[in-house]
Amino acid sequence: MIPGTFDYHRPATIEDAVALLSRLGEDANILAGGHSLIPLMKTRLASPDHLVDLSGIGNLKGIKVEGDTLIIGAMTTQFELIASEALERHVPIIAETSRLIADPQIRYKGTFGGNLANGDPGNDMPALMLCLGATYSVTGPEGSRQIAARDFYQGAYFTSLEHGEILTSVSIPIPAAGHGYAYEKLKRKVGDYATAAAAVVITMADGKCTSASIGLTNVSDTPLLASGAAAALVGTSLDRTSVDAAVLAAEVITSPASDMRGPAAYRTKMAGVMVRRALERAQSRAKG
Amino acid sequence: MTKSHIELTINGKKVEALVEPRTLLIHFLREQQNLTGAHIGCDTGHCGACTVDMDDMSVKSCMTFAVQAHGTEITTIEGVAHADGTLSALQEGFRMMHGLQCGFCTPGMILRAHRLLQENPTPTEDEIRHGISGNLCRCTGYVNIVKSIQYAAAKINGTPFQEAAE
Repeated sequence: MIPGTFDYHRPATIEDAVALLSRLGEDANILAGGHSLIPLMKTRLASPDHLVDLSGIGNLKGIKVEGDTLIIGAMTTQFELIASEALERHVPIIAETSRLIADPQIRYKGTFGGNLANGDPGNDMPALMLCLGATYSVTGPEGSRQIAARDFYQGAYFTSLEHGEILTSVSIPIPAAGHGYAYEKLKRKVGDYATAAAAVVITMADGKCTSASIGLTNVSDTPLLASGAAAALVGTSLDRTSVDAAVLAAEVITSPASDMRGPAAYRTKMAGVMVRRALERAQSRAKG
Repeated sequence: MTKSHIELTINGKKVEALVEPRTLLIHFLREQQNLTGAHIGCDTGHCGACTVDMDDMSVKSCMTFAVQAHGTEITTIEGVAHADGTLSALQEGFRMMHGLQCGFCTPGMILRAHRLLQENPTPTEDEIRHGISGNLCRCTGYVNIVKSIQYAAAKINGTPFQEAAE
């Protein structure tokens, strides 16, 4: 399968990339890791006239801690997320999620920003960013702006990103030390998108849940923040009744498609099962 | 469309070429460089038969444009054997442990295992299986492939070879 013809650009700075995208207009696409875009180009579902490759822009990569915030450059690869000691220490759920994305080869090339920005409801990182309350920094012809992850996803492949804007970095508030966490993903095989998946972060004190946040992957057109489910847990000891209520609250907000991963009703139930399993594992990891 | 000038190192040799931007790395290697060891299996990024080593990463060359390889160092199966033509530890492992039947997936398996052993010289069986989870083999059922990689790891480390449990 051979993609259509295009011109290739590899700018060295964010400013150059933004200028190129403005000048080339809607016929230009951003190329990050390429593992979502290139398959679409090979099947001619996408045929951009121009590709603007961000891999030459050094300051789009990297992971740093600033106070109680973690900042991850958009072109940081999944492999780099998994290898990061700072992430392992402060927000280990990110690497846990990365390890469940695609396969080793694709994780060397696939980027954090690409996973967040292309709006594919099957991507795993967006629901995790909802769960963690992340903020995206984007730069366009009008300058830079911040968008909360929770406001970013509008529909399948439809986000708040305007044409010509580039996702440059993501700020993540570091969860409290001793927090419990888990990302649970049901998939048919290595490399598959989730049938359903859940990201859970909780804090516990004296046997009671003091805060909870839950994100759901691939059970709607967008990633979902299960606020009702989280609210059902705070103040409880995560007893059976409270967890049952949270699972139900998570299930009711899903609206999955019936597809080769299963009928909608099954995928809704699996979203509930993933929430239950993630909660169990998060509780076992939480201190307090 | 404008052709792009690329310079890269393939199996230790400097290469310069003009490529159409849409040329995939696998086609560049096979058709312009006559390096036909990396195979086109699924052509969709799933099977890993096209895996080559690029700047210390295992990369699916059917999902990479040749222009993206500009400035990189690439190793293909043709560059894996020792300079005197003797087999590398991994090649020897695949031979000794019958790590192939039809052989179609083998170049990708060996290149992927090469990078895995660079990153983790003493992988457990589980780590090997996760490490090659982006490479499909339709003949062997993977048992002998895992043994082949264990054989190579033991040979490189100078430790006794212990077979995986069947």
